[in-house]
Amino acid sequence: MNKFLLPLGIFIVLVALLAVGLNLNPREVPSPLIGKPAPAFTVPQLHSPEKTFSPQDMLGKVWLFNVWASWCVSCREEHPILVEFARTGMVPIVGLDYKDKREDGQRWLARFGNPYSIVPFDADGRVGIDYGVYGVPETYLIDKAGVIRFKQIGPITPEVLEKKIIPLVQELNK
Amino acid sequence: MKRLLALVPAALLSFGLLANEAAPLAEDPVVEQRLVHIAGELRCLVCQNESLAGSQADLAKDLRREVRGLIKEGKSDEEVKDFLVSRYGDFVLYRPQVKPETYLLWGGPFILLVAGIIALVSYLRRRNRLAPDTPLTEEEKKRAADLLKADS
Repeated sequence: MNKFLLPLGIFIVLVALLAVGLNLNPREVPSPLIGKPAPAFTVPQLHSPEKTFSPQDMLGKVWLFNVWASWCVSCREEHPILVEFARTGMVPIVGLDYKDKREDGQRWLARFGNPYSIVPFDADGRVGIDYGVYGVPETYLIDKAGVIRFKQIGPITPEVLEKKIIPLVQELNK
Repeated sequence: MKRLLALVPAALLSFGLLANEAAPLAEDPVVEQRLVHIAGELRCLVCQNESLAGSQADLAKDLRREVRGLIKEGKSDEEVKDFLVSRYGDFVLYRPQVKPETYLLWGGPFILLVAGIIALVSYLRRRNRLAPDTPLTEEEKKRAADLLKADS
């Protein structure tokens, strides 16, 4: 009896480790930017190139910074959720159009709806690099002091919105 | 024939021109060499099993452009790596730094090795104890011989 207990124990531990390991998503790399000030930048806006946007414009507000592109397939999946969430008016959503063509980005928003209060335009992807973007869509929650508090890699799902983003927004707005 | 021969230097010259045209790829061989060296140590986040040097992903191209820029600004290898780690985290390094969070990662294999040696030694000792080296008595030898005989 005892003879089998040890191998069985080892086997169970191995299975548990493998189960955890296989269920981790290798694409979700923890961002070193959480708890740090959002990197500064100034870029033109998508609809009116003469106007610019800089994260400093948002100081004093809790806001969502969503990185998207018209060529990004999962952004299309995420978009209706953002459109619906924007209707609640809970937080301003800034949507950075990442490595896109101006006309394509504008057409995309006209077709699928525009949930963004401001749409900065990052033509060469430099802003994306400063924010550690490696797979659009990515979304950052930034607090009143301009510090990144949360990062979602990949599309926002209703679950993420309800369990993580909304509670955190409420807490930060207190 | 002479005319044709006269064309040979011209042809050679044009080869030289062609070769010159391909040059911009490595406009500064020193920078490119350092780029390849640094990028070989960094992970491409899009195709995670490829290095930044080898990846053809768009992001990798952009990051190589950034790294090239940093090298031209005269940044050291460490500064270039810090630039990327501060944005993408330790995960971009193929060779993680030794620091409190990575002690287990670096030390783990040695801990396992030592644990394995201890287990092996204790197992061998126990086995030796279980099988004591006592020779058969005369009576037992006789019984064994009888049994063998009866069998055949």
